[in-house]
Amino acid sequence: MALPATEREAAFGSVREMATGASISTPPSSLDIFADRVFRGLTLIFAGLTIVLVLYIVLEIGGKAAPAMQKYGLSFIASTTWDVNKARFGVLPEIWGTLYSSVLALVLGGFFGISIAIFLTQDFLPPKLEVIFKNIVELLAAIPSVVYGLWGIFVLIPTIRPVADWVHQHFGWIPFFSTSLSGPGMLPAALVLTIMVLPTISAISRDALSAVPPRLKEAAFGMGATRWEAILRVILPTASTGILGALMLGFGRALGETMALAMLVGNSNQLSISLFSPANTLAALLALNFPEADKRQEQVLMYAAVLLLAITLLVNICGAAVLRRATVRLSGGGK
Amino acid sequence: MKVGPVRCLWLLLILCGLLSTSVGWAGESVRLKGSGASFPFPLYGLWFKEYGKVNRDVIIDYQAKGSGAGIKDFVNKTVDFAASDAAMTDEEMAAVEGGVQLLPMTAGSIVLAYNLPDGPKELKLSREAYTKIFLGQVTKWNDPAIAQANPDAKMPETGITVVRRADSSGTTFVFTQHLGAISEAWTNGPGTGTTVNWPSSDKFIASPKNDGVAATIKQTPGAIGYIEYGFAELGKLPMALLENKAGKFVKPSLESGQAALAGVDLPPDLRAWVPDPSGEEAYPIVTYTWMVFHKKYDDPKKAETIRNVVKYALTDGQKVSGKMGYIPLPDNVVQVVSRALDNIQ
Repeated sequence: MALPATEREAAFGSVREMATGASISTPPSSLDIFADRVFRGLTLIFAGLTIVLVLYIVLEIGGKAAPAMQKYGLSFIASTTWDVNKARFGVLPEIWGTLYSSVLALVLGGFFGISIAIFLTQDFLPPKLEVIFKNIVELLAAIPSVVYGLWGIFVLIPTIRPVADWVHQHFGWIPFFSTSLSGPGMLPAALVLTIMVLPTISAISRDALSAVPPRLKEAAFGMGATRWEAILRVILPTASTGILGALMLGFGRALGETMALAMLVGNSNQLSISLFSPANTLAALLALNFPEADKRQEQVLMYAAVLLLAITLLVNICGAAVLRRATVRLSGGGK
Repeated sequence: MKVGPVRCLWLLLILCGLLSTSVGWAGESVRLKGSGASFPFPLYGLWFKEYGKVNRDVIIDYQAKGSGAGIKDFVNKTVDFAASDAAMTDEEMAAVEGGVQLLPMTAGSIVLAYNLPDGPKELKLSREAYTKIFLGQVTKWNDPAIAQANPDAKMPETGITVVRRADSSGTTFVFTQHLGAISEAWTNGPGTGTTVNWPSSDKFIASPKNDGVAATIKQTPGAIGYIEYGFAELGKLPMALLENKAGKFVKPSLESGQAALAGVDLPPDLRAWVPDPSGEEAYPIVTYTWMVFHKKYDDPKKAETIRNVVKYALTDGQKVSGKMGYIPLPDNVVQVVSRALDNIQ
């Protein structure tokens, strides 16, 4: 995340002072220049290679998917059947499941992640405790996905089952609770996904919040704002670019998460808004079907992979657009 | 000179390196690579380990990737042999240059494991009942189709959650083949295959691999699912007694599995299915599982090693399979397979 302009200026200024003020400075030797050029060349090559790699992956997947794309076309996106024996394929339930689980995780993870970030940056805790809390939250990112899956099966599902049963019995008329939870399903999957995106969102939001110049906060207090007014009206809007970036990254992670979801989502081609219904996601579909796929099925799975890529790309573009608008609005002043 | 701890470590590392290379070069060893079915993996793993203990110059690597993946590796020649629960189709066999030799190595039962806390101790399922459960037509445990076969028990009103395999699998193939053999509605509906189009219902959930299905059944009250016998036993899951062709309710066991295989004649290519065994005491869902070899190996030593390993598996190997939850091959099958072994050169 880029530093705010004021701080960057300050940093550059002090560097300049040091460079001009020091008397022992000498012009760069030819070795320095050589090393500098080599370094610059290498970085250029590696940066280029990254782009080439992405293009290559897209081309490779697209090329393998092409036959299936021609054969199934748009009906692949609109149909709900996945029948290998009759060669009928459709991924609408998977697309729905991918987006639904990710949005749920984003809403929950976003709420908790940003709350944690505020809690850890706005002097609610002594600095020492802050560091401990921060590390514990970030430790969540180090837990492997399979462990989350197992935890979901053996701890989370048995815990939420009685609650889900009760909710279904009493509030079954609400579409979100219209089916009973039989075990794996959308809710446990979304909850585990929430925990998985939490460290990403909270860590980057925390950085964004702590990068807000203290002067701003002091000014807000000076004008008589309460603590919450300062946080909600001044600090959060100032850090919003960074926080939006955090949410985007979290969403990206949620879209691509595979193993824990494959274990928890139920892998059933259901198109349901109910939180307790089993569902499926694109990533889980790919992971579970690839190892034993024959040639024809492989093409279809590649098509699904292209769709997943497209969704991720679309989300990133939307995110970048939102970010840019937010940046313009904030730094351009507005009204 | 004082030797620092870092230098000590280096010295140790170098010594280790020397030691391991000298051991590695001690004998001309043969390395066999295989991949395929996960269902017989515990047994194969034990065989290869025991064989390697006696024959130190042979190293066998087996990766339990799944039947389809194993065959793919075999056709692409990345492995020396494969293992498959679904044997190989004619099409797949034609794709292999120099010919393929399939050898049945062991057999197993597929059981319906369930989780019914208030249910009877020994749940009996008629053919009609379990077909309808997997067709999604019977959805409650106290459905008359189930209650009829269990007159002494009071069946709870719990809903049935069907747990199936999420990945494509030989186990699914064998199970759906059996359902197809006994039910026309099944053949016209989901059909037979390593993955099928299961009925659309929010009470059908899928889990990856045999152990995933077992774990999900264990965690879900009211669940039923099909898994390999050994996994159900390992997870201490209760298994249903199934009605066989003769109309008897049979418990999955070593004996009932052997009874099912007794009536099977192997064709010359050794691909025999038992979708619906006819014996009185036969458990209805059993299958052979195969190892897949080339008929010609470039390295004669490799071919010889393979023949020795299979010979070991057919003799000493069969003695342990019963204990591991598999069905030992009947004697006549062992003889046929031993004879077919000469085809591998």
